[in-house]
Amino acid sequence: MRHMLRQLLQSGRFLIGFGIFASILLTVLIYPLFINDPPLEIVSRGTFLAPGIYVNVYDSMNFSTHYTLILDDAVAQRVGARLNDEDRLAMQEWLLAAGVLEGEINIEDTAALIELWNSNFDPSVRVPGMTNADRNYYIRLTDSLEGLLATEGAIVAVPNQTTGVLEETGVINQSDYVNIGEVPNFRVLPLGTDNFGRDVLTELVSATGTSLTIGFVAGAVATAIGLLLGLVSGYVGGFVDDIIVFITNLFTVIPSFVLLILISFSIGQEQRGAFTIAVVIGLTSWVWTARAVRAQVISLRNRDHVNLSKLSGHSIAYILAMDILPYIASYVVMALILQISSGILAEAGLSILGLGPRTTEVPTLGLMMNWSMIYQAHILGKWWAYFPVILVIALISFSMNLMNTGLDRVFNPTLRG
Amino acid sequence: MKGYRDYFLKKLAWFVVTVVVAFTLNFFLPRLMPGDPVAAIVSRMAQGMSNATGVQAVYEQYTRLFATDKPMLEQYIIYIRNVLNGDFGYSISQYPRTVADVIGASVWWTIALQFPAIIVGWIVGNTLGALAAYIRKGFDKVLLPLSIFLSNMPAFGMAIVLLVIFAVDLKWFPTSGGYDYAMIPSTSWEFVWSVIVHYQLPFWSIVLITIGGQAIGMRSMAIYELNADYVKYARFLGIKDSKIIRYVFRNAMLPQITGLALSIGTMVSGALVAEIIFNYPGLGSTILTAVLGGDYPLISATTLIITFMALVAFFALEIIYGLIDPRIKAAQSE
Repeated sequence: MRHMLRQLLQSGRFLIGFGIFASILLTVLIYPLFINDPPLEIVSRGTFLAPGIYVNVYDSMNFSTHYTLILDDAVAQRVGARLNDEDRLAMQEWLLAAGVLEGEINIEDTAALIELWNSNFDPSVRVPGMTNADRNYYIRLTDSLEGLLATEGAIVAVPNQTTGVLEETGVINQSDYVNIGEVPNFRVLPLGTDNFGRDVLTELVSATGTSLTIGFVAGAVATAIGLLLGLVSGYVGGFVDDIIVFITNLFTVIPSFVLLILISFSIGQEQRGAFTIAVVIGLTSWVWTARAVRAQVISLRNRDHVNLSKLSGHSIAYILAMDILPYIASYVVMALILQISSGILAEAGLSILGLGPRTTEVPTLGLMMNWSMIYQAHILGKWWAYFPVILVIALISFSMNLMNTGLDRVFNPTLRG
Repeated sequence: MKGYRDYFLKKLAWFVVTVVVAFTLNFFLPRLMPGDPVAAIVSRMAQGMSNATGVQAVYEQYTRLFATDKPMLEQYIIYIRNVLNGDFGYSISQYPRTVADVIGASVWWTIALQFPAIIVGWIVGNTLGALAAYIRKGFDKVLLPLSIFLSNMPAFGMAIVLLVIFAVDLKWFPTSGGYDYAMIPSTSWEFVWSVIVHYQLPFWSIVLITIGGQAIGMRSMAIYELNADYVKYARFLGIKDSKIIRYVFRNAMLPQITGLALSIGTMVSGALVAEIIFNYPGLGSTILTAVLGGDYPLISATTLIITFMALVAFFALEIIYGLIDPRIKAAQSE
């Protein structure tokens, strides 16, 4: 046993796999200790807010000290943020149509572009082929540029309680800054929000936990059934063996995913909790374990120590547990690991078909996938809603398979080569 | 040849048994769903009807149509008879379309997409796996982790990644559908071209997933064979490496054919989900609409077709396997 552990610790694959898996597991366990918002709480109005730090505007105007920082590039940054690439191209188009030479226009140089624009643009000039909507767009663009280059600050005004007249309460200068640590309300959304306006990171951590649980339950159920059937069928033989082999062969060729679809469908939306789904996945995926365990038991059952045990009058259960199980334990552990990762994948596949756990209680990785697909996050370019989910699923199953190949090389020396 | 005939008949009998069991499961499981599917469709049809007798009449008409008033066993016998005539009944969610009509429109898309993709993936995967086992060293060091990662990437994950990169960002391929939605299916060149363009992303996402798993399997089989005693003996005799390799890979290949047969079920399930991501008009999308509509006649027929296709593929592979595996041939001549 100690020798085996030492070999495992020398296996790079096992260590990498174990490292990835352990860090996922630790994140799932530790994250809720610090941030314990409910995972399905809706925090934003509007869908798919981009990842970032959301600072309360009202608070930063009224409750925070304003500091003056003198930063030279502030204006350029401001204008650069306002003028996106499309605006620049549109400006270039207008300037070209108005007769400015192409060599004079450099849309990368913001200051030069604005200067050129201000000296040339005339809203009354009718450029051929320009629609009225285009003309209004250019006028709006020009107005916003004028505002940007102005140097006076913005006035904060509050309506008087009795008269309703706006009264000036302060001025925010262009060089005013707040310290984000002094703003009472801000929310960090490292992965933005999803289609319902929920914090994706919190949801993802909770979903990973649920999915891992589903994987463990499904793997445990599948391994238990497969182990039991394999042991009994391989050891007892005869008629019992024939029946079990028949059932096993049957479910080997009938695709388990199809059974999964049928059973989940027949359970009905109301009854499908995460736990039920996990058990159903386990019930449909024991076949491989049963086959392999049976094959190994058959090769073991006529060994001398088993015969000796039989002669000593031990019960079948005792022989199976004490004389046969230790020999196949390493295989069973490996099978369990694979079952866990395929259980997680099966849940995700089912959820994408709309047959996942019911949606109101807990998020699962599959459900998050399902939601972001239904709301077309991938087509809208909202990567934070689906990519982290795929990454977590791939990492979980990647790490488990790495651990498995590591174990395989320890248990199965011919593979070392 | 008598030995092979026995083998064939045994496999055929097994095929028939599995089809019967699969058929029975396909019929009963979806019908165990709680709730009355006819009530659901009637409440949709009878929206705005205030006349209770009218609603009752509509309800009875649909009950008769779907035969839900008869005992389950009788429904089953009727169903068998109808299916043998190619009649799968009416779709509940897409009424008045028949199930046969809905499936007939989608099954060919699935067959044309999945079978070539799985076969291409299998061939490429096995070649890479064999090369990795033979060359080892750097190639193996790169290929093995890569294929482990590929095969662990969920099928939908691969589909989405390809979709986002090549369709949304680079805009080389369309994002969804089996052909341009502005077109009407016809035999014009434009339509064929549109089908080909829409075909690429779903096809390659299935191929990539298949490659990973097959390469890993082939690699370990080939390493096992390369270390077998007969190889050492052959080397000892001074037989040329290139000749030994041919034997080794033929032997390593055979279990991979069984592997292909056994994993067809898994591959098809992954491919079905990939179809949904690409909104491909195949059986995957049909299952999705059927699930959303609580449409059990459509669910059972779709899963039946999928199971049937998997069973046929499995049967065909076993038949081929019996022809080419010398060990089975030897067992037959005994």
